[in-house]
Amino acid sequence: MAPDQQTQHASPEPAAGAIIEIRDVHYSVGGRAIFSGLNLSIPRGRVTAIMGPSGTGKTTLLRLITGQIKPDRGQILFDGIDVSHLRPRELFALRRRMGMLFQNGALLTDLSVFENVAFPLREHTKLPEPLIRHIVLTKLQAVGLRGAAQLMPAELSGGMARRVALARAMATDPDVLIYDEPFTGLDPISMGMIVRLVRQMNRALGITSLVVSHDVEELGHLADMGFIIAGGKVAAQGTFSELRQTDSQIVNQFVNGLPDGPVPFHYPAPSYFEQLLA
Amino acid sequence: MTLLRELFDSLRNFVATVGAVALFFGRLLVQLPRALLRPRLVIEQIYNAGALSLVIIMTCGLFVGMVLGLQGYDLLQRFGSEDALGTGAALALIKELGPVVTALLFAGRAGTALASEIGLMRATDQLAALEMMAVDPVRRVVAPRFLGGLIAVPLLTMIFIAIGIFGVQLIGVQQLGVDAAAFWSQMRSSVDVDDVMEGLIKGFVFGTACSLIAVYEGYTAIPTPEGVGRATTRTVVISAVLTLLLDYMLTAVMLS
Repeated sequence: MAPDQQTQHASPEPAAGAIIEIRDVHYSVGGRAIFSGLNLSIPRGRVTAIMGPSGTGKTTLLRLITGQIKPDRGQILFDGIDVSHLRPRELFALRRRMGMLFQNGALLTDLSVFENVAFPLREHTKLPEPLIRHIVLTKLQAVGLRGAAQLMPAELSGGMARRVALARAMATDPDVLIYDEPFTGLDPISMGMIVRLVRQMNRALGITSLVVSHDVEELGHLADMGFIIAGGKVAAQGTFSELRQTDSQIVNQFVNGLPDGPVPFHYPAPSYFEQLLA
Repeated sequence: MTLLRELFDSLRNFVATVGAVALFFGRLLVQLPRALLRPRLVIEQIYNAGALSLVIIMTCGLFVGMVLGLQGYDLLQRFGSEDALGTGAALALIKELGPVVTALLFAGRAGTALASEIGLMRATDQLAALEMMAVDPVRRVVAPRFLGGLIAVPLLTMIFIAIGIFGVQLIGVQQLGVDAAAFWSQMRSSVDVDDVMEGLIKGFVFGTACSLIAVYEGYTAIPTPEGVGRATTRTVVISAVLTLLLDYMLTAVMLS
């Protein structure tokens, strides 16, 4: 696919309308620091990419934003509300404004496609059955799977499962949609469908989208701007053309997919020479 | 010195695990009333844990009863009191074999199914997805399954006992020629409601313990294929040991 010129050169608007703000977040697991002074803000109504080499804590960041774990220090603001200091009930109320798409869809295996999409509506609303049916069919139509409504999750391909999950995440009309590695393990056709859907949701409904991935190429077509996380901090941020021109070594290695650099090719080992002679 | 240290560490781990299970149990108990508000989910789980275990419970009940008939007859005829076969076998089934064997079979059939189902939901992010949809997985997934097991085990126990007594009768009366009238009348006059209650209480306690272990192991399973496999194994082992331990404690209390 050719790089999308329009998104490549669109400059991000200032963070005036940031919907998620992360301020000086520190987080460590078992003595190993994952984040040390992480700062970033996600602009409202745009598609933002969060990238970084494996093991830099991209998924951890999502878990922090959604309040599944709490930072050791710092603030995580969702529309001005500090996520890490909420009581469970308030957190659940806040989560109803977020939709999250898990890597493999995470559909409930004992419910049909229709029931999966209807699930959040049945749990949180007392809408009459005809209205639920109407909403579910609308959401499924939007992802092109109205015809699959009666299938079970086990009968779906990976790409279809993710599209159903997207319909489910959309069912309660969230303000923010979070995508965790949405491209992993998809064939080019399914990948193209997901890219198109993410964009549609964003353009047509104005939903803020946060895409976590290491697929620089796909994200270049999709996101308005991106953050690259490395070493517990934001290593670079900006549009994709800006990211490609950065002089940071680690960012350069990541964006261009170089096999050796600050992330070494060799796992730390004693001297090769000495070990062979020993 | 290191031996002492290892002993101390494993003791500490044990206490920590018991504490974690207790906390989980507390969290579960808080959600039970709300889970009961949606009886359809609970009934579905009674079906899964109970109805689907029926065949294995009934088959095993029949064989346990038949063995009891053979052994009981062999023992009693040495004293010339074969007529007491009905009483002896019924008491053994109602007070001990029924609840214990049912609990062991339940742990193997339904407990493992529960643990692996919940463990797989953890491994495939379904539990995380529920949390993200602002639905408490303990209320929506764990509580109905726990209740299903809790209700199913005493029912299965009673069915096991009934089939078991039928098995004893099949061997004792039909094959070995114990007098049918003596068999049934002695059983009816010497087994009273307290004995049946004892069996029911045991069934209830074992059902609670086995269901709790199964859902706890599933819920806390390491989210990998090996983790789910290990959780299933642990479910069977811990349930079996706990059932026999609780059986001794309950018997000691109820006989005193």
